[in-house]
Amino acid sequence: MPVLEREGAQIWRRRTSGESLIRWVGWLLGVAVFVYCWQIISESTTWFFVWDAPRIANDIWTRATPPKWEYITQLGRPIWDTLNIATLGTMISLCLAVPVAFLAARNTTPSALFVRPIALLIIVSTRSINSLIWALLLIAIIGPGVFAGVVAIAIRSIGFCAKLLYEAIEEIDHTQVEAITATGASRWQVMAYGIVPQILPAFAGIAVFRWDINIRESTVLGLVGAGGIGLQLSASLNVLAWPQVSLILVVILFAVVISEWVSAKVRGAII
Amino acid sequence: MLRLQKLTKTYKTGDQALKSIDLDVPKGQVLALIGPSGAGKSTMIRCINRLVEPTSGAVMLDDVDLVKLSSGALRKARREMGMIFQEYALIERLTVMENVLSGRLGYVGFWRSFLRRYPQSDVDEAFRLLDRVGLLHMADKRADELSGGQRQRVGICRALIQNPKLMLVDEPTASLDPKTSRQIMRLITELCQERGLAAIINIHDVALAQMFVPRVVGLRFGEIVYDGLPTGLTPDKLTEIYGEEDWEATIEKVEDDETGIEAAE
Amino acid sequence: MSHRELDDMLGRGWRKPAFIKNTALRWTLIVGFVAYLIAAFMTIEVDWGRVYDGLDRGWAFVLAFTNPDFLSRWSDIWSGLVESIVMTVAASVVGILISIPIGLGAARNIAPLPVYVICRGIVAISRALQEIIVAILLVAIFGFGPLAGFLTLSFATIGFLSKLLAEDIEAMDKVQAEAIKASGARWTQWINYGVQPQVMPRLVGLSMYRIDINFRESAILGLVGAGGIGATLNTAFDRYEYDTAAAILLLIIGIVMALEYLSGVIRARVQ
Repeated sequence: MPVLEREGAQIWRRRTSGESLIRWVGWLLGVAVFVYCWQIISESTTWFFVWDAPRIANDIWTRATPPKWEYITQLGRPIWDTLNIATLGTMISLCLAVPVAFLAARNTTPSALFVRPIALLIIVSTRSINSLIWALLLIAIIGPGVFAGVVAIAIRSIGFCAKLLYEAIEEIDHTQVEAITATGASRWQVMAYGIVPQILPAFAGIAVFRWDINIRESTVLGLVGAGGIGLQLSASLNVLAWPQVSLILVVILFAVVISEWVSAKVRGAII
Repeated sequence: MLRLQKLTKTYKTGDQALKSIDLDVPKGQVLALIGPSGAGKSTMIRCINRLVEPTSGAVMLDDVDLVKLSSGALRKARREMGMIFQEYALIERLTVMENVLSGRLGYVGFWRSFLRRYPQSDVDEAFRLLDRVGLLHMADKRADELSGGQRQRVGICRALIQNPKLMLVDEPTASLDPKTSRQIMRLITELCQERGLAAIINIHDVALAQMFVPRVVGLRFGEIVYDGLPTGLTPDKLTEIYGEEDWEATIEKVEDDETGIEAAE
Repeated sequence: MSHRELDDMLGRGWRKPAFIKNTALRWTLIVGFVAYLIAAFMTIEVDWGRVYDGLDRGWAFVLAFTNPDFLSRWSDIWSGLVESIVMTVAASVVGILISIPIGLGAARNIAPLPVYVICRGIVAISRALQEIIVAILLVAIFGFGPLAGFLTLSFATIGFLSKLLAEDIEAMDKVQAEAIKASGARWTQWINYGVQPQVMPRLVGLSMYRIDINFRESAILGLVGAGGIGATLNTAFDRYEYDTAAAILLLIIGIVMALEYLSGVIRARVQ
């Protein structure tokens, strides 16, 4: 924030003219990129449909309401499957995420040069790919069904859980570890007494948090054939049974709200 | 019993924390290690039980050179040395009892310690120690519910249950108020006397050191510049250790405090 | 007294106090959980023969990663990728711009109650609806193509960013904002001087994070016809072209890693 000397008077400006220029060019570039992106989207859009959208939306709404409530009797099993996909998937992923996290944390990794990069690679690659894509892949490999959904959720969650967990491990109080080491404890005992108690609250929080996310994700896995309530959604959409679709959406919303409530309660109890 | 020979520690940054230290601690002697921050007090204590690896030199504990030990043998040797920490270093989320019993980790196997199934003799000893420091009724409290002085007592129990020959004490009072500091120092020196333990107490409070220990070692820039009786710490000597300062006040204060606390008790 | 206590305790075993003090409750929880696990495992139908057959395909897929095929479907991959990036950029810009006023409105300490309720309502709806479900509905309304994807991502960005922004504003330092108010500033000036400097670094960080998420999500929107690389990926899986699928996944992972690195750099500069 310079003070400039001009015609004998001191003038304060927030930025020098050079800085302002760079900023303006930056903004201009940003706007240009956005306009370009918009053009690409606009080119591949059939604008006739868009202008027609209010009518179509209205049409869908009238067809979808009221939801076909009696259809709920057929949703019991899919809801159960959805819950299982989320819960079992979360548990499997936690089992796998714990060792990965210990290998990835700077203070517990056996080798920062060889093992840590591999652990980080596992974390990044499982995290960057959405569970739907994992489900697609697994269905191609092991066939459609709930099992593919469980495995897809499990794989997708490894990176997420391991990342949060290894950050927690790196933040532990080192003197507690030192104190346990000083008693002559073995490597595993140092782990069990010095490290584990310190990261346990973080671990529980991560588990519940991820379970909540997984409930949401498992509701849509069925769209690609990986079991759960998404299968019914996809089937109803294919035959344009809008009253069923709206009922399923209501059920999904309900499930999401409940899981969020449960996870908030449990996290509150732990911390 | 403990003998340091030409003990040297150079950190990766090139800082020489310890410059060829020679020190002899006979059985049952309690000595205080004083010196300004960064003099290498903490490094020296940690080099003895190899929480910090010394660069060169030897640490002889009863004719065994700790520096040369393999990791398995080192763990056995560490059982002989109890350590007490500045910030207590208790496992905050475990109970007092688990913290005390964790001093036995070097003696019990992994599964036993994992399932908390310690031998009855260890459990009894833990109860006795907690009773000795006046915390028996706190046994099942979580460590983070305790006050600073109470935590340090638990830290002392954890070190003593190892049944050590030597105590390594790193700034035991730095996080405590003056009164608790004295109580903790008294407790440590008393317990060492009862059990005939040698101890190296690393402490920055000269007055406190003079009050409780028979021998003081002064460290400056990684070298021993004083080794002798606490009464021998003249203003000149303190200047040599800590640098220029008006020391008369400190030394006088010691005597004042002494009468003060006696009057209070 | 204390000595009698000690004598009582000597020779007695010692057990770690249980996490849940109430014995009946503890056992109910344990038994209930085990029963759930058993029931869940019983209802998952796994066709182990199919899984066994799939192992070969799984292995082929792993091998495909060592030899990804970027070339034979390069034009499809390229157009899908461009569409994904374009959707990400446009949706992030629009989403961030809209979420700032909504975030301000959803912060209880600066917004009047009616505005607060409306903005919180928007946030809740956006967060409860899965991206993929929104995408299905928008595709039904606006037709196939990136416009639906763009709208979906914008909508999701609003829910995510507004909520976190509002929480950040609610947690800000009140004294700084009060000092500006005390100088007689009007509302817009107060926001500009008292609130904006405090929340800006985090807003930038969260926006970068959201761009990252938007890209990842854009990769699956194609599965339901909302544009992007997902459609290409789905086709590759359908045709069992693992080498092409591997190439696409590698590109996604690469871009996500680059985005994460970039956001790390930008966050470090802003803070």
